[in-house]
Amino acid sequence: MSEIVKEPSMLLQKEMIARNYEAITSKHETGRKVSSTFVPGNLNELLLCFDIVNNLPEINAIQNGMRKLSGNYIMDAEKAGHSEDVCTYVKADIGMMGAGNIAPNGKPFPKPDVLLLSYTGCYTFMKWFELLREEYKCPTLMLHVPYEGDGHSTKNMRDYIVKQLKEVIIPGLEEVSGIKFDIDRLREALRNSAKAEDNLVWVLESGKHKPSPIDAYFGGVYYIGPIFTAFRGTRDAIAYYDALRKEVQARIETRQGPITPDGSNFNDQRYRLIVEGPPNWTNFREFWKMFSDEGAVVVASSYTKVGGMYDLGFRHDADNPLETLADYCLGCYTNRNLPTRVDILAKYIEEYEADGLLINSIKSCNSFSAGQLMIMNEVERRTGKPGAFIETDLVDPRYFSAANVKNRLESYFQMIEQKRLGTAKAA
Amino acid sequence: MRCFIGIDLGSTTTKAVVMDENQTVLGRGITNSRSNYDTAAAVSKQEALVDTRLTLFRRSLEAVPGTADVAEAVLADLERNFRHIQFVEQLEDLERTCIGNVKGPRFAGREKPVIEALAETFRRLREHSATQFAPGFRRKSDFFRDLAGGDFMHNGEAVCREAGLAFDLILNIYDKSIIKVENRPPAGDIEGKFVRALEMESLDQSLIAAPVKSALSIPLEETYVVGTGYGRVRLPFPKEHIRSEILCHGLGAHIMYPGTRTVLDIGGQDTKGIQVDPAGIVENFQMNDRCAAGCGRYLGYIADEMNMGLQELGPLAMQSTKQVRINSTCTVFAGAELRDRLALGEKREDILAGLHRAIILRAMSILSRAGGVKDQFTFTGGVAKNEAAVRELRKLIKENYGDVQININPDSIYTGALGGAAFAVRAVLN
Ligand code: SF4
Repeated sequence: MSEIVKEPSMLLQKEMIARNYEAITSKHETGRKVSSTFVPGNLNELLLCFDIVNNLPEINAIQNGMRKLSGNYIMDAEKAGHSEDVCTYVKADIGMMGAGNIAPNGKPFPKPDVLLLSYTGCYTFMKWFELLREEYKCPTLMLHVPYEGDGHSTKNMRDYIVKQLKEVIIPGLEEVSGIKFDIDRLREALRNSAKAEDNLVWVLESGKHKPSPIDAYFGGVYYIGPIFTAFRGTRDAIAYYDALRKEVQARIETRQGPITPDGSNFNDQRYRLIVEGPPNWTNFREFWKMFSDEGAVVVASSYTKVGGMYDLGFRHDADNPLETLADYCLGCYTNRNLPTRVDILAKYIEEYEADGLLINSIKSCNSFSAGQLMIMNEVERRTGKPGAFIETDLVDPRYFSAANVKNRLESYFQMIEQKRLGTAKAA
Repeated sequence: MRCFIGIDLGSTTTKAVVMDENQTVLGRGITNSRSNYDTAAAVSKQEALVDTRLTLFRRSLEAVPGTADVAEAVLADLERNFRHIQFVEQLEDLERTCIGNVKGPRFAGREKPVIEALAETFRRLREHSATQFAPGFRRKSDFFRDLAGGDFMHNGEAVCREAGLAFDLILNIYDKSIIKVENRPPAGDIEGKFVRALEMESLDQSLIAAPVKSALSIPLEETYVVGTGYGRVRLPFPKEHIRSEILCHGLGAHIMYPGTRTVLDIGGQDTKGIQVDPAGIVENFQMNDRCAAGCGRYLGYIADEMNMGLQELGPLAMQSTKQVRINSTCTVFAGAELRDRLALGEKREDILAGLHRAIILRAMSILSRAGGVKDQFTFTGGVAKNEAAVRELRKLIKENYGDVQININPDSIYTGALGGAAFAVRAVLN
């Protein structure tokens, strides 16, 4: 995604992403079809069966956030009438379209051939695609995914999704691509996915080591890149996660921490945190540095689960191809109810032997933010570990107040320190 | 004796507290934060050390039979003399700096008369200083800049008129020099100055010289300094000497009132709700987001908008008989809402009462996010001095949380520095 960490796996990922942008922007030359779809619950394996290239508007917004372009795009979108309170990914996307719709490789994004809405847990997605449909006048395929209001999915929900896949999504993709659906191709892709997923889980769980060889939030967003985007189901993803695993393994053997934004080894880890909520992208590096400067390493995060909770045991299953796609969509982190999120976070605190839970509450993302204060209080109560709350935004630079965030973070770290002293004395 | 110091670099004022190892407060000092944090820290610390000496004098005088009823008067004289000596010393620094600045094409050929005019002006200032520090004289400010500035205008103009010089020549030099002098903390040697102060006045030497000198002979050893406040990163000490103001306010409030469980701090830039445990350790906190709406600064804007002094807002609001509802605690919109209300014919005091309520409502929301208000509740920060804000707070706390004990300390402005000093003690003694 950017040059911050220069490890072989990062370079590999950079090259993969560049290749995907090339595939998207050269569709007129290659004749390939392009679909726009979102990260949570995306059906990449299915798209692969139809040779459709996958374009992800959220990822484009993140790219523009990190490249400091989103601020102007958002303001342009507001000038066009979009309210201040709307998810800033959407406004960054709309603004980008207005400014020529240029992909990171400098070439214009082509019109998508299909809008595939495969996860409806965030209402914003629907509105976003309505806007895109208006703009591109292309077909929209919508897979309705029920919310896990009771904390778990039922057979009914699964059947409901499978039915939609059979009756709406697959025929729709056949029509757009002109390619007949081949279930064996899907099985092959799902087998590839599962392999990569095994390694991803291994990497994310390496945060249990001390020192942690990874940062599961700032580093974690790179680790999830290929699996949650256009590469799940491909051999490229398998190769990437093999390489990544080796890198992390080497760090475990030499008892090394991850690399900090400064490029040094982060071995002096004083605080182990669990983080809930997406990061801020416009000031990503500055934000990360506020943690690493204080010796705070993130050992597990919920954000690295937005596209699937593999660490809870889910793997794409080639033996049940359509059912597994249904389970995948249902199991997204933001499709889980609040008590389940509390369970997950409290479990992380215990299993990763963390010092506490930090919540980064995103101003313009209701999907993540609703109920977060309650989550924090509940996790604190259950684990006895201190929690803290900071507020930023995804890609709107106006909502990142460095002084305010730093103040809260430092207070939080010192609070942990003080509590440790307190308990040490009591013991 | 071992001294532990906390320095709180706020956005408008810098405070320092000196403590001994039993966590007893020995002295407090305050200064304006200006643009130079290093100086502000040095000056506030020096002020706190001066105050510490006065505490030691008081203690040592109290031990002498027969001084009980004169002790306070003696101490007041001593302090006045001390301040006078310090003032004259800074005046000399200012004079030297001014004279050093008489150079460049502007003064070519005129250096001599300009220097003479400056020397004469400062001679008059020194002469007049005795009056400014005479017993019973009410100084309008304690800051050197305010005291010297007014006098300089007045005397400088007269001197220039007599000498046939343009006043703005020396005024220009003054402006340049005062900034330098102000950003240079007054010279140290506090003890030497106290000795001179002691000898200056026709005090009953036989009675007080010995106790004062014995108090002076106690060495004040700066054992550990902890810095806090928004300017803390600018403090010239290592990172482990720096604590966040949230922790310092929590601990400071605990020291003032050991029963404290919830702290509300409304400062210039932010509002914080803090929960502390029985040992003063912060358990949880919430604060305003990037927007400073409803903080102390907001009252400053309102005062400007109404053409009033900040201190006048509270008393005027207290006169209100009816409450106007103000919805916006946004600094930008408050002005518009205010003008709108005035245009509708609402009374200023009623509008002000509404504004105070709006601020406190916002603080209540931060408090509830931090887990509500528990007994005892301590209110700190500049706004704690505003009676109208306090009245609203009491009302709303009672409505929402019932009869919790509400503590407001007259020294609450020092809460952060106090917590810092306590951290300094703990850093060494734990
Ligand atoms: S989940 Fe949040 S960030 Fe994603 S589209 Fe919805 S509102 Fe925006």
